[in-house]
Amino acid sequence: MHYPLVLGLLILSLFLTGCGSAASAAADQLTLTGSTSVTPFAEQLAETFEKQHPESHINIQGLGSSAGIQAATNGTVELGMSSRQLEEDETEQLQPIEIARDALAIIIHPSNPITDLTSEQVRAIFTGSISNWSEVGGPDARIVIVTREAGSGTYGAFEELVMNKELPAQSALRQGSNGAVRQIVAEDADAIGYISLGIVDQSVKAISIDGVQASTAAVLSGQYKLVRPFLFVKRKDAQLSRLGEAFLAFVLSAEGQQELVQAGLVQGADAQ
Amino acid sequence: MKERLIGFLLFMSALVSIASLAVITFFIFEAGLPLIFRVGIGNFLQNSIWQPSGKTPQFGIAAMILGSVWVTLGAIMIGVPLGLAVAIFSAELAPPWLAAVIRPVLQLLAGIPSVIYGFIGLTILAPVVRAAFGGPGLSVVTAALILGIMILPSIVSISEDALRAVPRAYRDGALAVGATQWQTIWRVLVPAARSGIVASIILGMGRALGETMAVIMMLGNALQVPRSPLDSATTLTSNIGLELAYASGQHREALFATGVVLFVLIMILNLLANVFTGRLVLWRSRAPSLSTMRTLWRNRVPASDRRSS
Repeated sequence: MHYPLVLGLLILSLFLTGCGSAASAAADQLTLTGSTSVTPFAEQLAETFEKQHPESHINIQGLGSSAGIQAATNGTVELGMSSRQLEEDETEQLQPIEIARDALAIIIHPSNPITDLTSEQVRAIFTGSISNWSEVGGPDARIVIVTREAGSGTYGAFEELVMNKELPAQSALRQGSNGAVRQIVAEDADAIGYISLGIVDQSVKAISIDGVQASTAAVLSGQYKLVRPFLFVKRKDAQLSRLGEAFLAFVLSAEGQQELVQAGLVQGADAQ
Repeated sequence: MKERLIGFLLFMSALVSIASLAVITFFIFEAGLPLIFRVGIGNFLQNSIWQPSGKTPQFGIAAMILGSVWVTLGAIMIGVPLGLAVAIFSAELAPPWLAAVIRPVLQLLAGIPSVIYGFIGLTILAPVVRAAFGGPGLSVVTAALILGIMILPSIVSISEDALRAVPRAYRDGALAVGATQWQTIWRVLVPAARSGIVASIILGMGRALGETMAVIMMLGNALQVPRSPLDSATTLTSNIGLELAYASGQHREALFATGVVLFVLIMILNLLANVFTGRLVLWRSRAPSLSTMRTLWRNRVPASDRRSS
């Protein structure tokens, strides 16, 4: 029954601490924890933001989506970072803010003649029920599957978007980062893997899925399906600090969004 | 007074190193054992399905144990003959100036960071293996080849010390009864240095078993029981290294549990090394000592004695 009073005091105290730190002119601190997929982009945004606001300091910690969601839930950080949608029990306490979208590109070696696969074919390849490229119209060669390790946000997104929660084949190579997957695929003519669209380059070939080529336009129009959100998450019942508010506004502003797009991401649904 | 103070300080340092070992042991076991008991020791060690996330997680490390065994044995098959050959050459056959070059060069080999070895394996050796034998290239044979070179320094330095520690009389005696130089080496010196050589092999195994970074880069990390040397595999260490960054909850516990198994394996290897060097005498009531290397070093024949007599 004293809840509104307590909440009011809480907000007041937050406000006061905000004033205090501003008045003391000490460096403002903000820490974001979460997805390692979001981390490099958040770091880039933080760097630009710090240039514009030299008195502030933003720490970005890449510990994985689940860790970020947990940290935001129990109040360790104001903003958590996640590269997967919140699960039902998590949305009770947390509000997701989509700062960007990232497409997963299915990549193969440039010398591989395949240009298109259906999502069923991709799933069959990764589960191991299709194990030779000739079964999908390619050369007679064993398919080398490259996947990510359990727990990574990219793996989680792929599991959800493509695999229908089925497991990848046991013979699948596992690599610890997008870059490592790209390198393996770039070197092995029989390999297939998946990475963020933003870091696809000349060394590999991104194939179209169900006839749709992975591109920013296809993501925006909703045609390309292998898309995952990049989220900032915050507690519904907590007020962001002045710095947190400012940083979030910057990320969602036209300037922040443009930086993300230049880095290879697609505009977030919550951007202005 | 001063001496007692120094003695006390040294005692304290010894205590700190033993205490840190105890604390590390305690924490690994504390973090890992609950999960082992929950899934059952038998299941944990024999199940080859590792599926830490999802609705029905499964924690079986059999595939990783076998991966570790394959890679370690492969490294030994490559590193031991090569290392023993270098040790024999350097201790018995090489002119002193050449032996004086070989030793520091091998020490240099030990100083190269493992990530560099892994990078070489990944970018140079793996494509060669892929082109020559097929398969993904990132395989047991690739990792074993590089690890075999990585364990050379430990094998060579300890074996060489053991060979040099063989009393001069053995050598002279063998030659005096008409043995050739090779017969002397193979029939007299190597058997006489046997315990040190075996210890060097076991320590090399420990190094191969414990290597993480290079293995993550070269082995491909597939969660399967390797059926051929050209298959990709995962070792106990590389799985911990690969997954720990993202792991939480049960998954994290399972990785610590993997660490417990690794810890026990390495302990057994070190114990064996100590037994073979005579540091640890199980059948006499002598206190076991901690270091294998130090005895070998202390027992070695100084260069001056060897050459002048």
